[in-house]
Amino acid sequence: MALVLPIEKIISHFDGRVTLDAKVTDMPCIKVPPADLINLCYFLRDDKDLQFNFMADICGVDFHPRTPRFQLVYHLYSIPFNWRVRLKCILSDPPVAPTITPVWTTANWHEREAYDMYGIVFEGHPDLRRIYMWEEFEGFPMRKDFPLRGYKDEYNPFGADPESDGAPK
Amino acid sequence: MTDVTVVEEIKTEGGLSREVLMNLGPQHPSTHGVLRLLLQMDGEIVERIEPHIGLLHRGTEKLAEHFTYTQIFPLTDRLDYLCPPSNNLGYALAVEALLGIEAPVRAQYIRVLMAELSRISGHLLITGALPLDVGAMTALLYTMRDREMVMDLMEMISGVRMHTSYCRVGGVREDLPDGCGERIIEFCDIFSVRISDYEKLLSNNRIFLARVENIGNITGEDAIALGLSGPNLRASGVDWDIRRDAPYEIYDKLEFDVIVRQDGDCYDRWKCRLDEMRESVRMIRQCVQQMPTGAVLIDDPKIAFPVDKDLLTQSMETHIHHFELSAFGFKVPAGEVYTAIEAPKGELGYYIISDGSEKPFRFKVRAPSFVNLQSLTERTTNIKYLADVIAMLGSLDPVMAEVDK
Repeated sequence: MALVLPIEKIISHFDGRVTLDAKVTDMPCIKVPPADLINLCYFLRDDKDLQFNFMADICGVDFHPRTPRFQLVYHLYSIPFNWRVRLKCILSDPPVAPTITPVWTTANWHEREAYDMYGIVFEGHPDLRRIYMWEEFEGFPMRKDFPLRGYKDEYNPFGADPESDGAPK
Repeated sequence: MTDVTVVEEIKTEGGLSREVLMNLGPQHPSTHGVLRLLLQMDGEIVERIEPHIGLLHRGTEKLAEHFTYTQIFPLTDRLDYLCPPSNNLGYALAVEALLGIEAPVRAQYIRVLMAELSRISGHLLITGALPLDVGAMTALLYTMRDREMVMDLMEMISGVRMHTSYCRVGGVREDLPDGCGERIIEFCDIFSVRISDYEKLLSNNRIFLARVENIGNITGEDAIALGLSGPNLRASGVDWDIRRDAPYEIYDKLEFDVIVRQDGDCYDRWKCRLDEMRESVRMIRQCVQQMPTGAVLIDDPKIAFPVDKDLLTQSMETHIHHFELSAFGFKVPAGEVYTAIEAPKGELGYYIISDGSEKPFRFKVRAPSFVNLQSLTERTTNIKYLADVIAMLGSLDPVMAEVDK
């Protein structure tokens, strides 16, 4: 199966609103604004020549202190054609993104994880709650400004002092 | 440990119907770890399943951002603790892709050998644990006996039974011990007979079949939408195996069949794993037969420790490299990579963003169990009774350490 992913077709279908990230070498990577994300997902899944039917992963990234601060990375796979593609969606602070749960049911827990760890709010998500941390937990632990050992409280005497801003090594 | 809360009482013509909320777990032998299920029940009929996970969350991804690339290997061991060599392999491939290096051929064979051994170890547990969950206790005792043989082989090869950390970036830690090949072949001979024993013991067992056949069917289309992968997906008739379709290491040199079954019920998921073990045995035999001689670790003092330990006392340069590598680790060029391997539970993906330092900027694990477990909440599957939930959970084969990361 030596077919090549027709990346130009995707770019031209969106009139240049999506772009190819040429810096990434391991697989084609498409940069997409949040407004076009859901349409792009539908297009990638349903187009006869693409059929990206398998949503492998959603990954939140925090580039603190750089701006724009947040990014969502989606990994899609086309089972019929054996292609992989990566979508990157850059988000500002506070981060808000559209949900892709209507496209793939599996996105539900992935998005809950991104919300739990990074505080990325997915608009239209059917059940946006914390998934790993308990409900009363404050803060978003995977953010770069969250200390590795957590904040000091009655259960965590070794945590960082909430007054200090630096994350202890 | 189940406790019951009455949600509402509904008066019907036949009498009183009570909607109850029931906790299953987190300390319950059938939940395979610390999984808590909140079940909304109408009598014996399950209306809604709500898994509560995170009780085993250790912050693997956050920790990895503070560890050097070599220090992360033990963290990956503890994801799916039934098959650490497989987790190590996926991670090593990701870092190697960033570095632009490849392990020596012998090391690739050893890694695949270990990965397939660990697949047997992982599948053996579920081959016995699913029947145990649904009332056939005998099988687990036998599968654990055979799993012990795999553990012995692991110990012989890596020195450790469970958390092997045997892979390194650019190869494996050390070469196979003498006489290892014969021991592995001996295991294959014994084990291929034992697989047929399990099949005889269970696949015609009426009590077992009554509990798993036509329970929790998932269609191929639903399975893909739910992101299922590995044996869970192949049991639903989707013919996709990363080992065949995007071969990594030396899988393209091995002959094996991809097991696909059509019904997608609990029995098919169980049977798929049973048959996959046969293919694993086939692959292990081929690995042992084809294994070339040569180095098992790349010869790059900036990345790998010297294989010849005598050099440490003789060469000052080796000594300095060793110190640098132990104290600070090695730098990885800036970039990003996603590698996926066919772990026993499904697609195990590692997404690493490197900023050019010794530690990953972002380390994301695409844990197959995490995704597979989600399908329990879906109502498209025909789970009706409480007992079916247990069978469904057992057949999905989640490892909570991997779900919670």
